[in-house]
Amino acid sequence: MIFAVAVTQDAGLDSIVDPRFGRARDFLIVDSETGATRLVPNTQNLNAAQGAGIQSAQNVVTEGAQAVITGHCGPKAFAVLMQAEIKIFLASKLTIKDALAKISAGELTPANSADVEGHWV
Amino acid sequence: MSSQFKIAVASGKGGTGKTTVSTALAQSISKRNRVSLIDCDVEEPNAHLLLGVEFSKQTDAYVPSILVDNSKCTGCGKCAQVCRFNAIACLGPGKGTMFFPELCHACMGCVLACPASAISESTKSPGKIRQAKLGNIDLVSGLLNVGQAMATGLISCVQALANQPVVVYDSPPGTSCPMIETVKKSDFALLVTEPTPFGLNDLSLAVETLRHIDTKFAVVVNRADDHKLIEEFCSKHNIEIFARIPDSIEIAKCYSQGKSIYENVPAFTEAIDTLTEKVLKTGGLS
Repeated sequence: MIFAVAVTQDAGLDSIVDPRFGRARDFLIVDSETGATRLVPNTQNLNAAQGAGIQSAQNVVTEGAQAVITGHCGPKAFAVLMQAEIKIFLASKLTIKDALAKISAGELTPANSADVEGHWV
Repeated sequence: MSSQFKIAVASGKGGTGKTTVSTALAQSISKRNRVSLIDCDVEEPNAHLLLGVEFSKQTDAYVPSILVDNSKCTGCGKCAQVCRFNAIACLGPGKGTMFFPELCHACMGCVLACPASAISESTKSPGKIRQAKLGNIDLVSGLLNVGQAMATGLISCVQALANQPVVVYDSPPGTSCPMIETVKKSDFALLVTEPTPFGLNDLSLAVETLRHIDTKFAVVVNRADDHKLIEEFCSKHNIEIFARIPDSIEIAKCYSQGKSIYENVPAFTEAIDTLTEKVLKTGGLS
């Protein structure tokens, strides 16, 4: 499966999952079959006045990911990812390796709702 | 020059007396001229409370928006690329486009960018417009719906209903979009402040904002007993003070009892009448 993981520092599969989704600095695209990784910048959202979650979700869709690993996910990003049939795993501060292990062991299941409120709108 | 003279009553800080000044200014002007008082503080309109009037008319306000027809959408993503407000996500061919109206600023860029004509111009209602009459004063008041975050469209709607020769805009507090939307259409602004460090700090932000958008203004000092702080700032920055409203228990009593301060406290009436004269003079009206 192709994962898009919110990160602030690329350390391959040892990267720590960033708690933010909309304002994550980068996404590490991980192929869980092969372990191959590719870094995609999300920097244009760091200073977005609004809609950073939507734009991040758009980036994830464009990158062809089938699942997202992040710390938290707000309602608008959640709506976009659901509509695009992308699974969302909430795994703040774990390494990607540990998060993937938990997912394959069935200890971490996809979120069925946003876990944080939207911001000013 | 337009045939209307439009005065915005603004401030950086909340609670300095914008609505007290704008309602009294309207009352004072109304002795000689017909005046439209526009309550642009659409998140918390209260000019009607200070004037003690009941609204006689309520209508829905409509602002521009867009409509996405997903049956025509090819999933090309051009709309999402062009939207600088991140209000659109395009999920690709066959999956359609999602639109978040609460983020849309109605620039219509997506309508132009869509090669499949799947996006068209539309409207939405962000709130209500309420109207009342009190002698020579026409009050128009906006009321943003609960949950709406964007006030500027509704502010534009209520401003468009000002049809008297003199117009007073009661501005929202702060120096962000709603305040700018209000003052940018005025010919002259009054910045109401109070002689406290908070008042001074937010006054200086408001001054910076008005100078940036090139709007002429003067200052009104409310609760002005020991007001050296504001006097020094204004003389340093070459700003005229048009009125000093005394710090008076009589004013506070009237306010708390919902009585018209302008009709009941002579010192206040005098300060406001002098203010009115100065303001109308800047508009060539006296």
